[in-house]
Amino acid sequence: MTTALFSIAGAVALLAAVMVVTSRRIVHAALWLVVALGAVAGCFGALHAEFVALVQILVYVGAIVVLVLFALMLTKAPTNPLPALTTRRSPFAAVVALVLALVLGSGVVLAFGNEKLKPVPDGSAEAVGTAVFRTWVLPFEVLSVLLLAALIGAIVLSQRSGKKGDD
Amino acid sequence: MPIVVPLLLAVALFCIGVYGVLARRNAITLLMSFELMLNAVNINLVAFDAWHVDGLATGQTLAVFVITIAAAEIGLGLAIVLLLFRGHGHVDADAARDLLEQDPVEKGVEQ
Repeated sequence: MTTALFSIAGAVALLAAVMVVTSRRIVHAALWLVVALGAVAGCFGALHAEFVALVQILVYVGAIVVLVLFALMLTKAPTNPLPALTTRRSPFAAVVALVLALVLGSGVVLAFGNEKLKPVPDGSAEAVGTAVFRTWVLPFEVLSVLLLAALIGAIVLSQRSGKKGDD
Repeated sequence: MPIVVPLLLAVALFCIGVYGVLARRNAITLLMSFELMLNAVNINLVAFDAWHVDGLATGQTLAVFVITIAAAEIGLGLAIVLLLFRGHGHVDADAARDLLEQDPVEKGVEQ
């Protein structure tokens, strides 16, 4: 049952990811990204990580994709198909990706080919919440500082640079 | 479920992201490909957490942390892309050579 759910969600994620990197309409690529990230959230759910699945939907689908769509709007991205969205060297990129997939895939199969996941009957949100606020509380605080730094960095970057030169 | 199923899915997603980073031209599509690669890492983390149950939920906690860092990264990345658009009028990652000003050659033509 879990394997079937995971396989369906994984197939949807793969298909949508291929559409993200090959679509000629940039807004369609952003919308396929929603499908890919949602399907990955389904994969997390099938692996009994329901907290990670919910965070994935909240942060990725809710915030990051909306941010990407806003950026597309602000950079006046055209909605018609653009053949120039992919460079002429895309066959070489495909070869690189295929070779990397072969190397990583064979390594994974050689290392973990016989291992099986133990079935976990109940959810794991309580364990994750306890771990975050007990074992991982220092990295959690460091992350909040990182987010603050990213916020300040984004504000500094988006200031008008022409006026600063005159000061 | 054999653990190679999620691991191979992660490998495939990561390589699709690599293809996107190498083959795409628009800087925003590059950022979308980064997100695909980070998701592949998250699938690995969650799968290994389900395999190696350590009582600390290490894999799932790190996956949540990676999602947080991805949010910070996409915020900064899009700020840089908008800066590029303001300076150059396009977001073509192949043609962008500097962030703030236009190329000296282009500038000389305009002035």
